[in-house]
Amino acid sequence: MGMGGRIQAISGPTVTVDLKGLKLYERVYVGNAMLTGEVVRLEKEKAVIQIYEDTRGLAVGEPVKGVGMPLTVRLGPGLLGGMFDGLQRPLERLRQDMGPFITGGKEVYALDYMKRWKFTPVLKAGEAPTMGTVIGTVDEGAFKHYIMCGNYSGVKVAHMRDGDISLDEPLGEYEDGREIPGCNEWPVRMARPYRRKFAPAEPLITGQRSIDFLFPLARGGTAIFPGGFGTGKTILEQSVAKFADVDIVVYVGCGERGNEMADMIAEFEELQDPWSKRPLRERTVLVVNTSNMPVAAREASIYTAVTMAEYYRDMGYHVLFLADSLSRWAEALREISASLEEMPGEEGYPTYLASRLSGFLERAGVVETMNGRIGSLSMILSVSPPGGDFTEPVTQACLRTTGAFLMLDTSLAHRRHYPAINWFQSYSLYAKEVAGHYREKVSAEWDEMLLRCRQLLQQEEALREVAEIVGAEGLQDTDRMLMRTAERIRTEFLQQNAYSDDAFSPPDRTLAIIKGIVNDHDRAMGKLKQGASLEEAV
Amino acid sequence: MRLSEHIYRTISTVAGPLLFVENVFSARIGEVVTVHTPDGRDMEAEVLEIDGDTALVEVYGGTQGLDIERTSVSFSDAIKKVPLSGDIVGRIFNGSFQPKDGAPMFIPEKQTPITGAPINPAARARPADFIETGFSPIDGLNTLVRGQKLPVFSAAGLPSKEVVASILKNSRLADPSKRFVVVFAALGLTFHEYSFYMKVLEEMQTGFVAFVNMADEPVMERLLAPRFALTVAEYLAFEKGMDILVIITDMTNYCDALREISTAREELPGRRGYPGYMYSDLASLYERAGRIHGLEGSVTMLPVVTMPEDDITHPIPDLTGYITEGQIVLSRELHQKGIFPPIDVLPSLSRLMQKGIGEGLTRADHRKVSNHLYKYYAKGRDLRRLEAIVGRDGMTKVDILMLDFADAFEKEFVGQGAKRRTVFETLDTGLDLMKKFSLEVK
Ligand SMILES: Nc1ncnc2c1ncn2[C@@H]1O[C@H](COP(=O)(O)OP(=O)(O)O)[C@@H](O)[C@H]1O
Ligand SMILES: [Mg+2]
Repeated sequence: MGMGGRIQAISGPTVTVDLKGLKLYERVYVGNAMLTGEVVRLEKEKAVIQIYEDTRGLAVGEPVKGVGMPLTVRLGPGLLGGMFDGLQRPLERLRQDMGPFITGGKEVYALDYMKRWKFTPVLKAGEAPTMGTVIGTVDEGAFKHYIMCGNYSGVKVAHMRDGDISLDEPLGEYEDGREIPGCNEWPVRMARPYRRKFAPAEPLITGQRSIDFLFPLARGGTAIFPGGFGTGKTILEQSVAKFADVDIVVYVGCGERGNEMADMIAEFEELQDPWSKRPLRERTVLVVNTSNMPVAAREASIYTAVTMAEYYRDMGYHVLFLADSLSRWAEALREISASLEEMPGEEGYPTYLASRLSGFLERAGVVETMNGRIGSLSMILSVSPPGGDFTEPVTQACLRTTGAFLMLDTSLAHRRHYPAINWFQSYSLYAKEVAGHYREKVSAEWDEMLLRCRQLLQQEEALREVAEIVGAEGLQDTDRMLMRTAERIRTEFLQQNAYSDDAFSPPDRTLAIIKGIVNDHDRAMGKLKQGASLEEAV
Repeated sequence: MRLSEHIYRTISTVAGPLLFVENVFSARIGEVVTVHTPDGRDMEAEVLEIDGDTALVEVYGGTQGLDIERTSVSFSDAIKKVPLSGDIVGRIFNGSFQPKDGAPMFIPEKQTPITGAPINPAARARPADFIETGFSPIDGLNTLVRGQKLPVFSAAGLPSKEVVASILKNSRLADPSKRFVVVFAALGLTFHEYSFYMKVLEEMQTGFVAFVNMADEPVMERLLAPRFALTVAEYLAFEKGMDILVIITDMTNYCDALREISTAREELPGRRGYPGYMYSDLASLYERAGRIHGLEGSVTMLPVVTMPEDDITHPIPDLTGYITEGQIVLSRELHQKGIFPPIDVLPSLSRLMQKGIGEGLTRADHRKVSNHLYKYYAKGRDLRRLEAIVGRDGMTKVDILMLDFADAFEKEFVGQGAKRRTVFETLDTGLDLMKKFSLEVK
């Protein structure tokens, strides 16, 4: 356990304390109310602490205590289906304890230590586990939850238990007398280790035609959706969370709306994962720190979430991490930086914004885990540029490190073209890597159809400029046919109403739709060439 | 802990609204402080920052006449609270919560902190059920739902005052057995605007509570009045089971006050001089709208934002739009055509509309009527650009029909003058219009 000191000064979400011997990023309890904080700056005689909760009512002279450990999350069975705040406090339990409003600091553990699990040991007496070694399994819903060794001990196991356990009890004992715990803590700002990393090569199927077909994503890759307000970022994030072809989804509502989360919770109760046919909730972990919840906890929320995501990746699962919105995280970083009176960089963001961001994005990837399995962690992040201006620092910092850029276009959204992904300006660096999969698993025509689709859209764009001047009347029949087909591509193929049965489009359907449109087009063009009128041709 | 009030005469610096008070024993962040001026006035203030035994205090009123020697400061050991009671309905207050209607202050049943506390996302119920505003472009195409926050984006010279007045007077719940109250916060009003709104409040049939801050009153009160309004709204909604519509006008005055105070605090300015934390600050207001599982009432919010320079990308409308659930956009063009309310339905959007309409809520055909009106009007509007290039003569019959439809839609559906329409009248007006132009409604 750590040491005690007193508050010397308070300014916004930061306090200065007269405590020596703290470590950077060490977790601290502040004041009589035991607010959680984290050390962000050390000076000779004092430390500066960023507080994760409302500091109103805090007084100088109140006690401060170091915990001796950085901010951590608890990792063990029972996270799936849960909803946590930015510090991994379970929101449902908080509600039961303090009613509908979050009124103050209260330490509540993420995991339920009373729940009984049926434990099957894998490790045997005499074996010496290291970091990540599978100790045994429990069934967490439909998933096999691999309980892993949380440190590098290397000491041999004396004996293992079997059967009915709770997380309160040890799973066994080492020869040196230490207990083997069923859950572990891990510092959120430290990436969990793995043996090696591979380049993303398998597709991440999202069920969104304009993504899977035009700008395909890869498991282990990173993508951003930047767009002004109302362009459909949240709906797209949530649609992908529902339909993506992954094992586990970790979704962070980072500094956004409470009602959206209420909506998502209700929907995830009702809906099924289209791949496994199990309730969606069972594969999802929600981390929610809405815009009106404390800013410092918002900053921590993405780290809390990604650490849980890595934990399931380490079991060999394909995990998808979604955050809505990364900009709110960056703004939280900016608010904290301002209260520390750091030198501001572009638009007031701290100069370390880009390096923090790239450090965070590096936690994505396909890896061989410490126990020799293959797992992946993919990231899809929404970005909310002020005024819809993509030249701003957060979008630009992301562009340098992410593999796919799906630009959401305000003018498409105004025309109610959803998802409003701009098909000329978006890109995916994974297209080449994953094309082979779609060619082999879906259809050999995938590439050809993709080419045709792009051509038709480009030809339409060129024609549109002409039509603006001469009017639709002034166009030839073949041109008008082309405009008609492009219109069909836009409305029947690229658009996908999230509130309809069409919300999820598996790849074979995606291909069938575009193929239908392209074939109709070729047939009509053939007839036009033989002299038929436009009406006859279609 | 301190047991009694502490009085200090140890001010070291006065700078704008900020005072540094020295040798203070154990001040709290957010603590309410009273500043006693040499001429016998008392002003409220709040502890903003503490460094050792020096407290930085922000005075809510103007600081003219303060001096360092004779001004004293007493610390209350309490944070700012709002007095609450069911008797508040029907009352008008100023921006420091003093009665402005001549009647005496009510006796509070309880006091709660002005900042409120975030609703636990696990406790939130999805917004549901519709609120009728009486305006067709809102009720028909951008429906307001209980628990939603839906701003009106206006611009200088547009009749946002009249739009607000109509909504104040005309809003109703679908279920008449529920208690519906409008909480109105007006910030930085000129005398002319004040007289206008007072007349509106006199004519109100629904219950109301009003907080009015005048243009010559302290800027700090512009930050307090919306919080008083929302604390009252939460109390009436979640403790008294009422459905509350909070109307705040004008959030641009609020944000300018925020900027002014931030500058006085010498904080780092962000976009256009507004503080970097403006998103979080606005969210601390807007996110107080909502519904809660297991509780009766609701808080719905309709803030008015005047877009500086008609610019929707200006930080005030931009950050608002990022937090709220859609927007109602007023248009200069429609206003110039004499259409009232001048609501442009194309950039307007109610994101929660789907949860408030349809069978049992409004009418079974609502979605269909709304989608078709939108589609045909958008088409007509699109064609206006072509018309400007090739002229009406160069266009097909169908295109001309769509152009005429767009004109009629603006005049007859959007334009309704002072008349209040029920949602049924709204839908019928839309249907009749499409019929008149022989437009299909599948
Ligand atoms: N795929 C979609 N299908 C239908 N409507 C959509 C779709 N995407 C967005 N919308 C509409 O756009 C609105 C705004 O979407 P949202 O995702 O909340 O935007 P953002 O998060 O970018 O501000 C939604 O409320 C909905 O009306
Ligand atoms: Mg969003």
